[in-house]
Amino acid sequence: MIGMFSALRLILQRELLLSLRRPDQLLQPLVFFLIVTTLFPLALSPQLSLLRDMAPGVLWVAALLSSLLSLDALFRGDAEDGTLEQLALSGQALSVIVVGKTVAHWLVSGAALVVMSPLVAIALGIPLAAFPTMLASLALGTFTLSWLGAIGAGLTVGLRRGSVLLSLIVLPLAMPLLIFGANATDRAIAGVNPAGAMYFLAALCVFTATLAPFAATAALRITLE
Amino acid sequence: MNSTFTAPRVDASLDVDQVHVWRGDRHVLKGVSLTLRAGELLHVWGANGTGKTTLLRVVCGLLRPEQGTVAWGGRPIGAQRAEFQATLAYASHEPALKSDLTALENLRFAVGLKRPAADAELQACLDRTGVGRCADLPARVLSAGQRRRVAMARVLGVKAPLWLLDEPFTNLDLAGTGLVSSLLHEHVSGGGLALVVAHQDLDVGLAVRRMELDG
Repeated sequence: MIGMFSALRLILQRELLLSLRRPDQLLQPLVFFLIVTTLFPLALSPQLSLLRDMAPGVLWVAALLSSLLSLDALFRGDAEDGTLEQLALSGQALSVIVVGKTVAHWLVSGAALVVMSPLVAIALGIPLAAFPTMLASLALGTFTLSWLGAIGAGLTVGLRRGSVLLSLIVLPLAMPLLIFGANATDRAIAGVNPAGAMYFLAALCVFTATLAPFAATAALRITLE
Repeated sequence: MNSTFTAPRVDASLDVDQVHVWRGDRHVLKGVSLTLRAGELLHVWGANGTGKTTLLRVVCGLLRPEQGTVAWGGRPIGAQRAEFQATLAYASHEPALKSDLTALENLRFAVGLKRPAADAELQACLDRTGVGRCADLPARVLSAGQRRRVAMARVLGVKAPLWLLDEPFTNLDLAGTGLVSSLLHEHVSGGGLALVVAHQDLDVGLAVRRMELDG
């Protein structure tokens, strides 16, 4: 038997290699993010002051929705081709596998989205001074969302069309993220100290990252039976 | 091949005792009992839908039976889940390969989670099952029979004392059937345990115990 950390590294390698082989799945949510944020100025008004006012909300709603797109595939592919069973029988704790897969998912979806967000921010007229707060809050928010999504994906992986149900499970849980994330970005744009909202985001992140692996593992175990 | 397991291990014993499984309101397994010792091969057969796959899933611990116990080395598998699962190689009726990974990469991750294995060793397993030259091809371009052979290479690579094979002859040509039979022969005569679910008769050149499941 191999150690927990070697197992975690192996799972991460596997997941990243798999995403690399399917770049379309990696790019689609990012393009979706770009397009949705572009739609708002077209539908409302390209006036910079208005754009700047609604930028945090647009940015956060688009980020949540595009992260959701890839969540359904978190366990589904492995469940369909039978490799999930093999992972579950590897002698490693199922929670280690869940952690590895979720972190890998965040790296290819959430982290990629954070890297892309300055592009959108410039288009929406967010001042440069607000970028650090925006990037940090998005990183915390998408990481938390990946964990919430792992629970939803674990619960819905056994269903034929689980993606809508997955959104219905995850989006209500993601509301606090949206509130504090958009608020932090909003405050940074206005030049006010965003620390309060950021602390809440960080607390939510730690809370879900510690408890969600257990919940997602339990959900997945039910699906495997 | 399984040099580490040539001597029968004292604790290598599988005991399934009065297992009952319901799926919804269907009573799939009705009090199934079996024993398997080192150097034994048990062939489970029966018509479709009699619970052969369910039995394998219960034995490997994926499915918890409503009643009855599964014990490995005299201890219930629930109490030693990780240790038990590290000592078994399960081949489901799907080959369980990621189609975007090559045959060798599939083995690297599937075997690597169970025990550290060098690429050369995994390549040797692929060579043994006759798919050595497909090692660098993505699993998606392999034929169904080749995928089955890669799945057998994974079973070999894990070097587990207990083999649980679900219809291992599906999609295999005559040579492939012979190959799986000789692998089973080597494994069992070397002190391994094998539980095989198959429709057809097993011809492995060894005494094979047969057990019929009837729905």
